[in-house]
Amino acid sequence: MPDTPTDRGIPSGADEETNAAPGQLSRRDFLTAVGVAAAGFLAGCTPEFREKYLQKHFLELSPQEVEARLARLRDDYAKRFGQEVSVSALPAQPGVLYGYALDLSRCIGCRRCVYACVRENNQSRSPQIQWIRVLEMEKEKGIDFETANPYYNPERVPDPEHFYVPVACQQCRTPQCTMVCPVGATWQEPDGIVVVDYDWCIGCRYCMAACPYGARHFNWGEPELPVAEFNPNLHILGNRPRPQGVVEKCTFCVQRARVGRYPACVEICPVGARKFGNLLDPESEITRIIREKRVFVLKAELKTEPKFYYFYGI
Amino acid sequence: MGPLKFIATSTRFILSGGKAYWLWLGFLVALIVWGGLAYIDQFRTGLIVTNMRDQVSWAFYIGNFTFLVGVAAAAVVLVIPAYIYHWGPIKEVALLGEILAVSAIVMCLLFVVADMGRPDRFWHLIPGIGRMNFPSSVLAWDVLVLNLYLVLNVVIVTHLLYRGMQGRPYNPQLVVPLVLFSIPAAVGIHTVTAFIYAGLPGRPYWNASILAPRFLCSAFCSGPAIMLILFQILQRTTKIAIRDAAIWKIAELMAYAMFLNLFLLGAELFKEYYSATEHLIHFQYLFAGIHGHHALVPYAWTFVACGIGAFLLFLFPATRRNVITLNLGCLLIYASVYIEKGMGLVMPAFTPDTLGEIYEYTPTIHELRIGAAIFSIGFLIFTLLCRIAVPILTGEFSAARTPAPGRTKGQWAPHASTAS
Repeated sequence: MPDTPTDRGIPSGADEETNAAPGQLSRRDFLTAVGVAAAGFLAGCTPEFREKYLQKHFLELSPQEVEARLARLRDDYAKRFGQEVSVSALPAQPGVLYGYALDLSRCIGCRRCVYACVRENNQSRSPQIQWIRVLEMEKEKGIDFETANPYYNPERVPDPEHFYVPVACQQCRTPQCTMVCPVGATWQEPDGIVVVDYDWCIGCRYCMAACPYGARHFNWGEPELPVAEFNPNLHILGNRPRPQGVVEKCTFCVQRARVGRYPACVEICPVGARKFGNLLDPESEITRIIREKRVFVLKAELKTEPKFYYFYGI
Repeated sequence: MGPLKFIATSTRFILSGGKAYWLWLGFLVALIVWGGLAYIDQFRTGLIVTNMRDQVSWAFYIGNFTFLVGVAAAAVVLVIPAYIYHWGPIKEVALLGEILAVSAIVMCLLFVVADMGRPDRFWHLIPGIGRMNFPSSVLAWDVLVLNLYLVLNVVIVTHLLYRGMQGRPYNPQLVVPLVLFSIPAAVGIHTVTAFIYAGLPGRPYWNASILAPRFLCSAFCSGPAIMLILFQILQRTTKIAIRDAAIWKIAELMAYAMFLNLFLLGAELFKEYYSATEHLIHFQYLFAGIHGHHALVPYAWTFVACGIGAFLLFLFPATRRNVITLNLGCLLIYASVYIEKGMGLVMPAFTPDTLGEIYEYTPTIHELRIGAAIFSIGFLIFTLLCRIAVPILTGEFSAARTPAPGRTKGQWAPHASTAS
């Protein structure tokens, strides 16, 4: 069948450029208009709007922008919790690589570390988020996750038939979670702490699929934090209240560690099972334990190379 | 014909249709509204309206996403045998494949957005504006290749329809390289999607090199299964002539693909059950249940049974040439792959979780409603694009015009010469 000009007044394609009627929108005009409108929108919105909804990645902020963000967070939290709030962005200190050791022969499974952590790090009370998970294990099986029970609830701990393995972020030297994040919202700091930028995380939860230790937790709903239990001593990459829909995790209490304090779990442990310090300092307790005891890491076969060690001290 | 005229003409096609057509559109729109309301709820209150939790952090949405990547890939891959076996209506196969690919990719992207905790930050994924974690994050790669694949198919489809509406031949220098490129791209999106899972050492259920080949084999079944049903509908309701031999050939190829799919599954099952390491527990959860948790077991055996059933139906010429058994086979394949590459892929990997806890997941009504809305959007896109494409493909559109002297080539009809 031969080709046909239209009987419906459709101009043939060859004449499309020359015959374009005045007043008819060409493709270029249309795209230009869209571009101008978008640019106008961006220019027109207030700096507050831009800072809140179109913010940059934390690592791309200039020192002034970090200050501006800290000030905004301070104001927000002060209003919300009705008290003085300090929000720090203290960076990693030179010559420091944090390490952790946990003495399995001392741990009695009391879960005081879990609650101290929740309190210190402003975790959501509802839905509940806990960064430390204490697993009850059968003595006969050794460390076996398949038969572990996180919901043990005996009259008294320790139960004579069991021992306890608390698990939190293992602060891997080669973390799977930071590798898979599609937007680089989580990374390892120079002092070895893996942190999350809560303002950049898109909530895809690929890091949770990647983490072999169940250390990452998601804010499935709006996190609830009672005003009376709020800890106002905050770090921007650590324990500041999290928004809904982002991932969070243990940061070795970055707000404490970087000013020379122990993480809350170390401080609270009633049996001294938890040890923390600088792996680069040959005199620190953590390096002494690694030197003098025999330590091991969880799931060593995955080559995640944790900086969280377990050992049997007695 | 300018772009505005093209839009106007397309709109006229879309707005013309019988009662059944409008009922179908009304049904889809109703589902979209119903699911859209559920999504608004999820957007406000968070993913807590789903049954996903820290233990099972991906589920229904990501399962559907994975299945649909296969559909998107396979529809286009069908172009290869169409070329090799000279099916005749190659343009129909290609164009309808591209349209199905566009619809499926849109659904994929919507399922990803539905799964995001912060959909308001989707722009963090846009190269140049956001901050993509290249090259280490496979998900960043996947977002990129899926969007490229979408653009590729949209360009091809738009060009073919635009030129067809003008009664002009498509530009072979544009279309042929793009169609040929879309074939490896189709294999690519599915491979990259498989690598999202296969690259995680902490999830032994996924961390198998056999996963990407299994993805491709099952996609070679599920995509064509949908195309086959579609071809038959078009064969009966429109003037598009698709030879029965072509349909039977596709069915035969699907039998081989299903055989490979079952073989690879068998190879994996042998390795896991015979060596019986700590990895086995995820397969046990899927096929037998563990510690009283059996939610997936009936589905697992359904997918195996449907897969074997479809393989047998498509293996024997008598049954693949019979309309009833042919379509039964398509439905069996669809059911089998939907389970296997959907929930059957995602949930066992999380059950038990990395610390041994068993959280048994079942989707909430919110998740089902949002899923229904996304599928309806996909069907809607597909229906509307077909509404435009079919009159052009059958020549009904150009036949309505009067002949013009001097321009005889580039006819858009089933018998027209292909671009090659």
